[in-house]
Amino acid sequence: MPAPTPDTIDNSRAAGRCAVLELIVNNHPGVMSHVCGLFARRAYNVEGILCMPLPEGRLSRIWLLVNEEARLEQIIRQTMKLEDVVRVERHGADHEVFERLEEFFGVSPLPSGNGADN
Amino acid sequence: MYRKTGAEIIVGLLERQGVRALSGIPGGMNLPLYDALSQSQMIRHILARHEQGAGFIAQGMARISGRPEVCLATSGPGATNIVTAVADAKLDSVPLVCITGQVPLGMIGTDAFQEVDTYGMTIPLTKHNFLVRTAAELLEVVPEAFRIAWSGRPGPVLIDVPKDVQNQAVEFEAWPEPGRPDRCPDVNPAELQQAAAMIDAAQRPLFYLGGGVIQANAGGVATRLAEKAGIPVVMTLMGLGAVPSNHPRALGMLGMHGARHTNLALEECDLLIAAGVRFDDRATGRLAQFCPNAKIIHIDIDTSEIDKLRVAQLGIFGNVREVFRGLLPLVEEHAQTPWLERVEALRSAHPMVMPGADDPSTPYGLIRLAASLLDEEAIIATDVGQHQMWTAQAYPHRRPRCWLTSGGLGTMGFGLPAAIGASLAAPGRTVVSFSGDGSIMMNLQELATAVEEQANVKVIVMNNNTLGLVRQQQDLFYGQRVFASRFRNKVDFVRIAKGFGMRAHDLAGCANPAELLERAFQEPGPCLVHAPIDAAETVYPMVPPGAANRDMIGGEFHACTNA
Ligand SMILES: Cc1ncc(C[n+]2csc(CCOP(=O)(O)OP(=O)(O)O)c2C)c(N)n1
Repeated sequence: MPAPTPDTIDNSRAAGRCAVLELIVNNHPGVMSHVCGLFARRAYNVEGILCMPLPEGRLSRIWLLVNEEARLEQIIRQTMKLEDVVRVERHGADHEVFERLEEFFGVSPLPSGNGADN
Repeated sequence: MYRKTGAEIIVGLLERQGVRALSGIPGGMNLPLYDALSQSQMIRHILARHEQGAGFIAQGMARISGRPEVCLATSGPGATNIVTAVADAKLDSVPLVCITGQVPLGMIGTDAFQEVDTYGMTIPLTKHNFLVRTAAELLEVVPEAFRIAWSGRPGPVLIDVPKDVQNQAVEFEAWPEPGRPDRCPDVNPAELQQAAAMIDAAQRPLFYLGGGVIQANAGGVATRLAEKAGIPVVMTLMGLGAVPSNHPRALGMLGMHGARHTNLALEECDLLIAAGVRFDDRATGRLAQFCPNAKIIHIDIDTSEIDKLRVAQLGIFGNVREVFRGLLPLVEEHAQTPWLERVEALRSAHPMVMPGADDPSTPYGLIRLAASLLDEEAIIATDVGQHQMWTAQAYPHRRPRCWLTSGGLGTMGFGLPAAIGASLAAPGRTVVSFSGDGSIMMNLQELATAVEEQANVKVIVMNNNTLGLVRQQQDLFYGQRVFASRFRNKVDFVRIAKGFGMRAHDLAGCANPAELLERAFQEPGPCLVHAPIDAAETVYPMVPPGAANRDMIGGEFHACTNA
């Protein structure tokens, strides 16, 4: 019998501004599940995701394109709690990492302006 | 140089970790581990009758010992069965290490017999989890699992070990150091100064203490701080016992089933010192109207709790005990303040009303009678439902870490196995589990375990032949359409217990309940006490789900009837 507490639900998603998160994580098969699962179960949309191992192979770098919501700071703190997450850095929507993907997606995931959903 | 199998490595590491008892059930995919365990001279294995029981037995041990305890299950159905106890440990921040068997590495992903994706399934329910791919990895993973379960905000860690990894032999030079909790973060002196200044400046300060205070063993220093600074204390369900119930500063449990004066005092406070709490909706009621006039100091070992639901004017990241110790010399001394007088006025105008407290045939009366026969060493467990809330309200919580209840997940079936675990962790102490006839059914099979282990557990089944708390909500909020909450079949719990080989007593028609209970508590080993309860009994006050804490139903004080 869960109690609805509508006052705790954050509706700022509508704002449509984006942020880019850069994560350094341990490189093993479960890490992506841990990171994506965290965002999914806290109902925080991930718009884009890129992941590659770092040169030594022990660590990976994950780039996340997320909506800028009031809850962003909270989800960052939750992300930092994951054992496999070594570091989280927050960048503005203007970070170029997702800009260069145009040729692979046919359309830039970050349309000019302030990054709307489509 | 050692040469050992993965299974032997696990057992060796558990022994070195100081594990002396654990609970589980064997099956095809953890038999190598069980075979190695059979050779251990140090570790006692408690064979549960359902993996959820094993998980809660380990939880009961951990809630008492404060250190990670261990449970075992095989793959597939063993893992799915144990998952509820793991999730429960996550929500109540209980340190737990759960080791599951898995199908051999090469068969993972083939829908092999008894294969489920235990790793994937437990990501959201654990603090961390591992799928082990080589026996050598175990030397790192096992101590690491204990470190993680035990550090900061405790929680469950699951290690999934494929059968071939358990059988794989490896050579290694030396055993690793056992896992230990990380050092607590240093307390920032500037934050302490700021907190002390806020406390001294406040007119109507209030402590809001939760399970984190119990976990940090901070009950004693919290009590001294409340005494010195003259600050009243409310506690969450998980925080009960942090400050003794009968302490003049203690206002009992807040929230959905808190006393009227407790919730009303919260309305008026101008500074809320929240420690080891997470502003759970059962405690705060409608959040926007919780402590509407208060500034917040929020102390927690988990930074992500600070500002999660309510923005704090001052957030302090740290171990509650360290923070309270630092604050104690800094705060001004106050013996009496207008606020304390106001709180006392609220308490006498809106006291906790417990109808029938002197009559052992009522829920409150039964709990009070049991309490009068138990000392402060006694450990109290509950299941989930009305009986849980009655016990939370009426039992005199005299010491921290004597109160075992499923707070966050609210899992029916928690009480009996948790009580068995507690009795294993604290042999010689009496463990009483207050249960309902609905909840006891959910892990009834553990009566067999209790008898086999001769656990000193006294199960009091408060029998209303009803899912009482559900019935109460249907009465209050669903137009009295009582549906699927009344049992048509009557179970004979006394005979059931006896069938398990357990002593059993019946309070039905008993002329001297005190004498019966005393005997039940005195005789060593487990027993069941059947206590019939009127199905129409209610838990009051009650804040309707989603309402503000000030909007309580029931529990009003009528001077004439209660004088
Ligand atoms: C595993 C589980 N299933 C369902 C519920 C929902 N639930 C909460 S209280 C309750 C009734 C409990 O009945 P009983 O144990 O007899 O206690 P009473 O309320 O009668 O004291 C139910 C079904 C739950 N908390 N846990």
